[in-house]
Amino acid sequence: MFWIVGFVLLFVLPILNVLPPEDSWLHVSDFALNRFGKFLAFAILALGLDLIWGYAGILSLGQGVFFGIGAYCMGMHLMLTIGNQSVYGSALPDFMVWNQVTELPFFWKPFYSFSAAVLAGLLAPACFALIFGFLAFRSRIRGVYFAIITQALALMAWLVFNRNETNLGGTNGLTDFKALLGFRLSAPGTQLALYVVTVLCLGGAYAMCRWIIASRAGRVLIAIRDSEQRVRFSGYSPATYKLFVFVVSAVLAGLAGILYVPQVGIITPAQMGVLPSLEMVVWVAVGGRATLVGAIVGAVGVNLGRSILTNSFPELWPFFLGGLFVVVVLLFPDGVMGIAKQVRARLAERAVRLPKTQAVEGEQV
Amino acid sequence: MDESHHRMKLLIGIGLLAACLGWCATGSVAAEAQTNVSPSPPLEQALADLSSEVDGTREQAVRLLIEQGDAALLPRLEELRGNADRSLRMAIKPVIDTWRNHANLASPDADTRRTAATDLGMSGRPSAIPWLQAAAANESHRWVRYAMEESALLLQLASDNPAGQQQAAAKLGDMRSQNAVPALQALVQTVAGEPATAEQKALAQTATAAIERIESWNVWSSTIETLFRGISLSSILLIMSLGLAIVFGLMGVINMAHGELMMIGAYATFVMQECFKLYAPESWFDSYYLAALPAAFLAAALFGLILEATVIRFLYGRPLETMLATWGVSLILIQGARMYFGDLTAITAPSWLNGGAQVLVGVFLPFNRLFIIGLSILSVIGIYALLFRSSIGLRVRAVTQNRSMSACLGIPTRKVDAYTFAFGSGLAGIAGWALTLVGNVEPGLGQNYIVDSFMVVVTGGVGKLAGTIIASFGIGGLNKLMEPSLGAVYGKVLILVLVILFLQRRPSGLFAAKGRHAEG
Repeated sequence: MFWIVGFVLLFVLPILNVLPPEDSWLHVSDFALNRFGKFLAFAILALGLDLIWGYAGILSLGQGVFFGIGAYCMGMHLMLTIGNQSVYGSALPDFMVWNQVTELPFFWKPFYSFSAAVLAGLLAPACFALIFGFLAFRSRIRGVYFAIITQALALMAWLVFNRNETNLGGTNGLTDFKALLGFRLSAPGTQLALYVVTVLCLGGAYAMCRWIIASRAGRVLIAIRDSEQRVRFSGYSPATYKLFVFVVSAVLAGLAGILYVPQVGIITPAQMGVLPSLEMVVWVAVGGRATLVGAIVGAVGVNLGRSILTNSFPELWPFFLGGLFVVVVLLFPDGVMGIAKQVRARLAERAVRLPKTQAVEGEQV
Repeated sequence: MDESHHRMKLLIGIGLLAACLGWCATGSVAAEAQTNVSPSPPLEQALADLSSEVDGTREQAVRLLIEQGDAALLPRLEELRGNADRSLRMAIKPVIDTWRNHANLASPDADTRRTAATDLGMSGRPSAIPWLQAAAANESHRWVRYAMEESALLLQLASDNPAGQQQAAAKLGDMRSQNAVPALQALVQTVAGEPATAEQKALAQTATAAIERIESWNVWSSTIETLFRGISLSSILLIMSLGLAIVFGLMGVINMAHGELMMIGAYATFVMQECFKLYAPESWFDSYYLAALPAAFLAAALFGLILEATVIRFLYGRPLETMLATWGVSLILIQGARMYFGDLTAITAPSWLNGGAQVLVGVFLPFNRLFIIGLSILSVIGIYALLFRSSIGLRVRAVTQNRSMSACLGIPTRKVDAYTFAFGSGLAGIAGWALTLVGNVEPGLGQNYIVDSFMVVVTGGVGKLAGTIIASFGIGGLNKLMEPSLGAVYGKVLILVLVILFLQRRPSGLFAAKGRHAEG
């Protein structure tokens, strides 16, 4: 299954994008492929969230912060590569000219290098999660408490990134990117390559999460979710395992951010606040917790639904999202994957029952 | 920021009110003036000169009218202004202002008297000094008298009599007059600029001393105001958090739709206001606000009851899922309100909550804030009475402490849950009712403070209301304390850090339930 889906995502879709003529029904447009790439980037984040929520029972309502940090790291690199081609023709990003900043702030300087930006996009969320997680898990903040604290974190990050004096573009964020590693971002080829990279990263992330779950550490995580107390009494340190998996999920969120920015072309604080962070939780809930595939299905499905609904009925989207949340939590706690499992079980049951009833009928005849 | 904005609005409101009353007052003065004899010949001449096109003549006439005229001239001047061109209107304006303010010093309305006194103080016309002094002698209202004396001294300070100036500077320092600082500073600077006589030096010295006294008082008054703001924000947080904390203590559930229940309370207030506008006599309008209190409580409580019956009851024992489901409900409510009510709906605060009380020089406490502080105190008392002096409260406390034991003893825990949730929601409705006084009624109303109040509940811990009270005063107070130096955003960041560090020592909040269970 993994290989089939991987094959479709990695080869079939790109080929359908390149080969068939544009009016053919088989053709996948550049726009569709680009949008799909964005959803797959979200799926990477959902994998991380599923890892902590579904498997370790940690509900983080601040995952958008890690996503945002990763995205801003990439965005800063892309801003710097614009160089003199910006609207004001200055080597500084436009918003700095606008805010009368004359010199590049020191923390922007490393981002001239692509590899430094990617590294920062992965390591900065990791460090942040490490410090925050250490403080939280050490003192056994969990459950509702952890959720509320992470939500407050999302609010703070949103407030800080919105400020102009942090030199991160304020409310308007970072945008107007031109090129990545010398390739023009507007060219279809670049977007296709980004899509392929996203698919590969998603595949890698999925394999890594599977590996973690299958390992001994994964077993401990599940045990922590089901009864942290017993795990502690068995001589394990739940805080260490939780911290590990929290950092992994932060790195995945950062990676999602890195891949998101060049494909979408803008990053603003609005993508990392309280609401988007909560929406990320919906993806996992809809797809089905503790099934890594479910996280991917949920992220792609909900975002697809969002882009369709916000196009045709923008006012109905919040109703739909809120309703989805209530319905999934109340009626389908295991999400789409749970429904699939139920249907499969029902089918299997029928398959078993059918010969039996025939036999009974046979006897009667 | 919010408060200064509000203060601004209040001042403008007072100003408008004063202008209206002033207009009425001139009307009555005009009626009296009709019976008076016509003005003396020189004034008559001056009135005629006003219409002259020669600039010098007109200025002279204006000066004469200001120095020797009286309030009886007002109707004539008004008549002149009515059919005058722009330049003449500009020329007459100071004359009219002076005499109108003079008349207003005797107005029955305190705000009008105060505005008139302040205006005269800023006009720089020494002829107003005796009027102000006379008015101050008869004035009974403390702060109006203060304004009159201050204005008289300010005019004296602006005169060219050094002895009088020195006396005025010293007195203004005694009064801690904030309005005098620019004039005093200007005095000190003019003396510093050139070689000064001994007299001037003494004057500058007095002025410097006065500035120092005023400024050290400013530190005090701003401290008091910061403290007041902190208490005011804390009581808003407290009102919001009380319902949340009771439900959290009882059911272990954070209701993320709590903010939207407040929104329902606020909209109930708005609907009540509209009903009064449509169906009640105008003189009853102010009482809409009191009528809205039960409406807000019941609307939010009813909604809470429905929410409990349709969503929360099925998620018992799964607090995280409950959070997410209630958040879904909040999204639906926000969008529903946005589509039904539109983005902005204006609430007119009842007139008895307009304005404020001046307690000290430079310390002005708005009534609406005082009202919210009082309301939060009342809410706490009410909740304590309900929890500790009633049989229902006894059951709530029993279920909070040990659910299964209570069930064994025959307490209907499901019913207690439902009623407590409805009560907590009703408290949210009351919070929304109170919030209409300090902000707009908008669909996002609940979102503004909600994360803060979640933090209050988490920091306060469950089981004891004292935790919620202390936590809301800690968070609200720190917020306002750090705002001047750090700015609102970084202050909030610092508070989050402090809360996390605090939870290091007490992971389940201030007053964690004590017991022998290993969880926690």
